[in-house]
Amino acid sequence: MSHPSVSRRNFLRVSMIAGGGMLVGFSALSNSETGDNTEATPFSPNAYIKISPDGKITLMSPNPEIGQGVKTSLVMLIAEEMNVDWQTIDVEIAPLDAKYGSQTTGGSGAIRSRYAPLRQAGATAKAMLIAAAADTWNVPVTDCYAEKGFVIHKSSGKKLSYGELATKAAGMPVPTNVPLKDPKDFTIIGTRVKDVDAKAIVTGKPLFGIDTRKEGMLFAVVARPPAHGKKLQSFDDSAALKVNGVKKVVQVKNSVAVLATSTWAAMKGRTALKINWEDASKLESTADHEKAFRELLSKPAATPNRNDGDVDAAMSAATKVLDVMYEVPVLSHAQMEPLNFYADVRDGKAELYGPTQVPQSLVSAVAKELNIPATNVSLGLPRQGGGFGRKLRPDNGVEAALVSQAAQCPVQVQWSREDDMQNDFYRPSGMFRFKAAIKDGNLEAWHQSFASLSNGRSPDTYPAGAIQNLKIESHSLPTNIPTGPWRAPTHNVQAFANESFMDEVAHELKKDPVAFRLELLKKAKEQPVGKLAYDPDKFISVIELVAKMCNWGKTPANTYRGFSTWFSFNSYVAQVVEIQMLKGKPRITKVYCAVHCGKVVNVSGAENQVQGAVVDGLGHAVYTKLTFNNGAAVQTNFGPYNFVRMRNTPLDVVVQFVPSEENPTGLGEPGLPPIAPALANALFAATGKRFRKMPFVDDIQFA
Amino acid sequence: MPKYTLSVNNKQMSVEVDADTPLLWVLRDQLNLVGTKYGCGVAQCGACTIHYNGSPVRSCQLPVSAVGNGKVVTIEGLSENGDHPVQQAWIEMDVAQCGYCQAGQIMAAAALLKKNPNPSDEEIDTTITNICRCGTNVRIRKAIHLAASKGGKS
Repeated sequence: MSHPSVSRRNFLRVSMIAGGGMLVGFSALSNSETGDNTEATPFSPNAYIKISPDGKITLMSPNPEIGQGVKTSLVMLIAEEMNVDWQTIDVEIAPLDAKYGSQTTGGSGAIRSRYAPLRQAGATAKAMLIAAAADTWNVPVTDCYAEKGFVIHKSSGKKLSYGELATKAAGMPVPTNVPLKDPKDFTIIGTRVKDVDAKAIVTGKPLFGIDTRKEGMLFAVVARPPAHGKKLQSFDDSAALKVNGVKKVVQVKNSVAVLATSTWAAMKGRTALKINWEDASKLESTADHEKAFRELLSKPAATPNRNDGDVDAAMSAATKVLDVMYEVPVLSHAQMEPLNFYADVRDGKAELYGPTQVPQSLVSAVAKELNIPATNVSLGLPRQGGGFGRKLRPDNGVEAALVSQAAQCPVQVQWSREDDMQNDFYRPSGMFRFKAAIKDGNLEAWHQSFASLSNGRSPDTYPAGAIQNLKIESHSLPTNIPTGPWRAPTHNVQAFANESFMDEVAHELKKDPVAFRLELLKKAKEQPVGKLAYDPDKFISVIELVAKMCNWGKTPANTYRGFSTWFSFNSYVAQVVEIQMLKGKPRITKVYCAVHCGKVVNVSGAENQVQGAVVDGLGHAVYTKLTFNNGAAVQTNFGPYNFVRMRNTPLDVVVQFVPSEENPTGLGEPGLPPIAPALANALFAATGKRFRKMPFVDDIQFA
Repeated sequence: MPKYTLSVNNKQMSVEVDADTPLLWVLRDQLNLVGTKYGCGVAQCGACTIHYNGSPVRSCQLPVSAVGNGKVVTIEGLSENGDHPVQQAWIEMDVAQCGYCQAGQIMAAAALLKKNPNPSDEEIDTTITNICRCGTNVRIRKAIHLAASKGGKS
């Protein structure tokens, strides 16, 4: 029944479905990203639109949904080009298959990479449906148009539904270069659409990995080393096996898994294990890290990451040098759904289901660990209770597979919150030293040195390019504390330090913080110094918009304001935080955000992402830290791991987007980096004190 | 193991579990009512919030042996058709991002509105203490006000 016709130029393959209907397969990555599209390379679609004879349209979406709204926004792209209501399209998160291409969700990339190909696929499907109708009626295609799931003949008013046309359309030649809609004709893209899973979420439907329940499945929890630097020496499971409901205890590498008929029984069994752990490497503490950072920052790095002009000469010639330190703690990801994974590994095959941001690498890692071919590993992807970067590591899936293999039965491995916080790939802590040379009322030089538990850095980020003499250095401290990406990696710490210090410089120069940034960006535009990694005009557009939104310069009574701006994941954000002092304690009342992220697909979803990033960023800046004592996390659950709640949330977060018809840029992360410095700057306005160390609550009590 | 008969969502349900088993795990692992979520196990995050005799309770801290004849309502039983005013307000305000904590948030909000049909911002601040890592707090507040404006106690 298959009748494939391939259009190489469009990277589309259309085929008839056995039993009727149309399947539009396409590559959800643009040609430039997939690279090779020569005749010799067989084209393999990695996403599908299915049109059934009953008119049902299904998108097999290639990206895991982690709360970034991608299930909803991908549907909107196709609905727009196909001229159907978005509500009529079902969306399924595609199971892992090589044919779906890259399915990683991270780096705010899903919409960025899918915008053009999904629209192209929808437009082509619509063109073929119109062609099928014109052929049926024996009229020119130009006399037909598509509307709300029907093709209509203009003069006669005859109509056929997409479902009726689907099977025939599948056999029509695949057109090349079907024109996309002019953005001014959009009726769906750029509107407010509610989450497609909203009803299922508010009624508690089993959407998440943790909700997996399968025949014969046992619940497992795992005793892992209680500190980084320790390993398993020996264990005694006799008491654990006597706990009601406990069925098996198995060793997996450096850990011991307890399998039981319920999660609670497994947890009790784990508590009853007697385990001897031994030191395998150094047991590190936060105090040691801080001391080591200071030592590193007292010396120059071997090679600067960026060195424009002559910073040392400018420092010597300065009338004043500002010289300050900024500090950020380790953070856990604390996604609300503690890690878990279902695995059934038997007879050389692995069936997996669970939360991950990296389906491909999880499957490869499982195949490698189990020593079976990757084709014997299947992976289903549930909706996920937050990602924030934690699930860019496949360890939760790999461990579950090993437990199932050792126990020879299907298992759901459930992590406790304490397990999550002790066994994270943490946001690395770090310390910055900043120096600024001031002369004749001008900023002459900027010297930033950063020491961290990781080597993450972005040396070309703003304000590089806007300052004549600029040096960026970084030091990485070797550690056995695992670190990894955390929402807006590197930017989340660098923006805080940079933009707080920028406010200090503006204050020293007696310049308005907004006017000072605009002055710098004007210089970056007109006389850029070295490589310029951002577009000064877009930067200026968000700064001017946020200033307009809040009526900058006219601060309401009893209110203090702080400003900050940042560029990350190709998007520009400027923010103003307002606080009031209630009996001497700050309360964050309102936040204004202006964003340039290209075309906004779903206004409601996009606004939600930015509002969420603001609350998330404020909360971590004010309250949250994780410290280590001899390799063990000191804060292992909410409570000690202090977290933002409703009473600490601004009453309103106002978001506006700079109108743009350019392709979308990142949005899950860019709203977060500038909020901490905007708050620190507002706190300075209110108290005259600089807040250079997170979390701020260590130095000031909030209302 | 001891046997318990519980009233959950207006149905009598029997389970055989250890007396110290938190209601959370009875709901999720024995009764297959997985809408109630595990988030911390120490009554901090509120993801496991249920109604116990009409009051919001963190089910991770309520041992099954203490439930007795008390009426338990979970997110699955909050309304017949998922149309409780708080659920409707949550959809209307497009609150959820990842959605994981929202069942607990909704149960907390529904209990608040039952007691206090028109809560002030301060009352919301002190009553809704659940955690949301996605940071949907701003919309949660708006959804509670919206549900209140529509007579949200149901």
